Amino acid sequence: MRVNVTVNGREQQVDDVWEGESLLYVLRERMGLPGSKNACEQGECGSCTVRLDGVPVCSCLVAAGQAEGREVVTVEGLADYARHRESAHPGAGCATRSCAAGATAGAPGDGQSAEAGELSPVQQAFVDAGAVQCGFCTPGLLVAADELLESHPSPSDQDIREALSGNLCRCTGYEKILDAVRLAAARQEEAAR
Amino acid sequence: MTTAPRPRAATASVPAGVPTTLTQGSGTSGGIGESTLRPDGVLKVTGEFAYSSDMWHEDMLWGHTLRSTVAHAEIRSIDIGEALATPGVHAVLTYEDLPAATKNYGLEIQDTPALAHGKVRHHGEPVALVAADHPETARRAAAKIRIDYAELPLVTDEASATAPGAVLVHEGRTDHHIAHVPHPNIVHRQPVVRGDADAAARRADVVVTGDYVFGMQDQAFLGPESGLAVPSEDGGVELYVATQWLHSDLRQIAPVLGLPEDKVRMTLSGVGGAFGGREDLSMQIHACLLALRTGKPVKMVYNRFESFFGHVHRHPARLHYEHGATKDGKLTHMKCRIVLDGGAYASASPAVVGNAASLAVGPYAVDDVAIEAIALYSNNPPCGAMRGFGAVQACFAYEAQMDKLAAALDMHPVELRRLNAMEQGTLLPTGQRVDSPAPVAELLRRVKARPLPPERQWLSADAEGSSVDVRALPGGLSNTTHGEGVVRGVGYAVGLKNVGFSEGFDDYSTARVRMEVVGGEPVATVHTAMAEVGQGGVTVHAQIARTELGVSQVTIQPADTRVGSAGSTSASRQTYVTGGAVKHSCEAVRERVLEIGRRRFGTCHPAWATAELLLEGGKVVTDGGEVLASLAEVLQDEAVDIELEWRHRPTEPFDLRTGQGNGHVQYSFAAHRAVVEVDTELGLVKVVELACAQDVGKALNPLSVEGQIQGGTTQGLGIAVMEEIIVDPKTAKVRNPSFTDYLIPTILDTPAIPVDVLELADDHAPYGLRGIGEAPTLSSTPAVLAAIRNATGLELDRTPVRPEHITGA
Ligand code: FES
Ligand code: FES
Repeated sequence: MRVNVTVNGREQQVDDVWEGESLLYVLRERMGLPGSKNACEQGECGSCTVRLDGVPVCSCLVAAGQAEGREVVTVEGLADYARHRESAHPGAGCATRSCAAGATAGAPGDGQSAEAGELSPVQQAFVDAGAVQCGFCTPGLLVAADELLESHPSPSDQDIREALSGNLCRCTGYEKILDAVRLAAARQEEAAR
Repeated sequence: MTTAPRPRAATASVPAGVPTTLTQGSGTSGGIGESTLRPDGVLKVTGEFAYSSDMWHEDMLWGHTLRSTVAHAEIRSIDIGEALATPGVHAVLTYEDLPAATKNYGLEIQDTPALAHGKVRHHGEPVALVAADHPETARRAAAKIRIDYAELPLVTDEASATAPGAVLVHEGRTDHHIAHVPHPNIVHRQPVVRGDADAAARRADVVVTGDYVFGMQDQAFLGPESGLAVPSEDGGVELYVATQWLHSDLRQIAPVLGLPEDKVRMTLSGVGGAFGGREDLSMQIHACLLALRTGKPVKMVYNRFESFFGHVHRHPARLHYEHGATKDGKLTHMKCRIVLDGGAYASASPAVVGNAASLAVGPYAVDDVAIEAIALYSNNPPCGAMRGFGAVQACFAYEAQMDKLAAALDMHPVELRRLNAMEQGTLLPTGQRVDSPAPVAELLRRVKARPLPPERQWLSADAEGSSVDVRALPGGLSNTTHGEGVVRGVGYAVGLKNVGFSEGFDDYSTARVRMEVVGGEPVATVHTAMAEVGQGGVTVHAQIARTELGVSQVTIQPADTRVGSAGSTSASRQTYVTGGAVKHSCEAVRERVLEIGRRRFGTCHPAWATAELLLEGGKVVTDGGEVLASLAEVLQDEAVDIELEWRHRPTEPFDLRTGQGNGHVQYSFAAHRAVVEVDTELGLVKVVELACAQDVGKALNPLSVEGQIQGGTTQGLGIAVMEEIIVDPKTAKVRNPSFTDYLIPTILDTPAIPVDVLELADDHAPYGLRGIGEAPTLSSTPAVLAAIRNATGLELDRTPVRPEHITGA
């Protein structure tokens, strides 16, 4: 079958999709967007989290056909998405450019400073806080955390835990992930002032 | 019935070729001791980092493995006809298709068939392979392969392994352990005997014994076993794969493919965690066989279900311990017997036995000990390396014993441990002297001194008084309690782990370092075969190069087999050994650079001949800080490129009768204090805090050090309260191979993990560092268990603790 879907702001048409293929498979293997990860393909780990019409979903549980005519945002489009969110709703969420500048200044090392402007605030915070080890859980966590910060600009620790409870990470023990989300929230608040 | 999947349609946006360079990166700042950020961090947060399951090649096929549905059986026949006739299928392979005389592989004992021949020895053993143009086609074709199994009696535990007339899991063993094991169903046995435990027992005022059971844990790394094999024109194969040790894989793969090692070229693709589970081969040989047979690139990606069968697990164990002490709390003796279940194939079992035996006493000074550790062959899933490697199981038992002994003596558990804590100079039961700092008592003191988290944190004050946040209670959002029946407990534990490969293993690493001037700036390039599995080795290598060479720009090359072996990313050894190799090669590069400098400028300034010279800030400077030349001036268009091996000091094997010998190179120590709240009505546990103190010798990257300690702590928490692969004792089949049924801690299960890092240098190690990755996995499990016992008053002698163990239901 043919599936028409807007991914990261670009309309895509994918042919020869078999009915049993998941959105995750189509993104990874047919569209060349392997950023969303395949850790369980059972809806248990959250590594494949994408936003489908704005709502975080496990793309491994979405049949490709269910995405027909809808909008998908993956980790590859997260920075762009954050920038557009800002221009659509100035004041709400994060002013990406000022955040990124703050992020660079506050980074313990400036190894990433050249690219800092290209990352969304939550991506930059994950790098800066040491929330990335093997990084396999990271794309899904970023999509989930970005949505949390969009709807809940200053979440409590319990809010963060609740929002990320569907995303498994085997490496970090989650402490640095909490740090990253707190950091992104703080920078977001700072920028909004 | 849905229609069969069709071949992939290449869409315009799909990138062509194999992404091999998107796994490393480079950075420009931060020497050792700084919290430099990961060079691969940006790639990982943007989704560009190329993990092994992301590999893609135009025209590639998908491989799939058919696995045995029974645990122990003779294979009477395999019929592949229908599978092979399936449209879209390019190859179906069985044992018959293995091209070389070598059909088995293994880390130490070559007992693992690349594909089952004649017999299967465990549930999930690979039997046949399919390559097809769509993963679903491959799966469906594999399901059409008919196998006629004649089931055989099972070996599932020590009793069935050693019973008279027991079936042998491996008949006709020829490995070097067979001569000294008491039964052919025992892989390896290691006693450790020192002093006279029986005589010493007579001096004891108190003796406590215990029998402990440790469940089978899974590494549960998130990135599934996967990779891409591409046939090459010279008849060889290129393999892009996630592994812990490229050269060890190569040594095992090439003979089974019937190829010389130089025709199997391996490149590390992005690794989504490892924890020991990628030390053994999984899909490597299979993908290569399919690629060589079909002449096309073949990608294999395990799903989670298959991943539970695709790698070895942590050895489940039964442990019997006896400790004695005098009235004033001094240990008189320790006796123990540790039975590890190694499952169907040897994997790392012999080395795990050596570790369990030599570290069975833990971080305590006891002169009189009698220890025996064995690993069984059985028809259970194969077990091998996992973070903590034999020391974890022992720590669970000896720490439970220390609490029991403290209770019997009416002492505080930390006080008893302090009284017996090993220190620098203590003799281990193996007769080896601990010749570096061993701050066991200090680590315990630190976790104990930390203020306790406030009681009843789930109560929060609001305008009308107080309200309950159920999310912070045992059971959490399930809203199972509002605090009634919830009791708190506190528990302590400390552990001892060796660093690096032991028992005389030639544990070396290789690093190639190049320095040249690019665009007027000196740039260093570091090339090693170290598997970056998430631990942050790439960050540290760049930091070492910056520190040693005084440059800011360092590029880390992708790891592959074009450079010498780096050894395994395991045993907490990589920063020590490959970090040591990078340092060593950098020192040689520095010498060469200074030689060039002397040649060019030696006559200009006497300091070139007389002073101690350093490379700093892109310049050659004297130890007095005088600048002699810039590196750009010295090197001009010359490049310095050096590849060297580096070894830590040698170790020796343990005596097979007494266990004596200088078997280990370094030790690492961590202590935990766990605070738990338990809903005694439902048996639910909430870990409130899990504080850790660890000695790291020297924190090369403090941010990564904390991350490693927190991650290791969380894996220990998992085994304490939820993680266990359940093997049906009647059928030896795995019951829970999924993330639905095998639970790993989520962010809701994981508490705050405050970390207190000590830096007491080990003078034998580069920069004084101490391997850190494993020690925190040892002590967090017994600390949580101790806290649950403290809260409930129950004995709890098995892990994981389940609700029914607490409620007695
Ligand atoms: S891969 Fe989709 S939830 Fe795990
Ligand atoms: S960083 Fe490895 S799974 Fe989260």
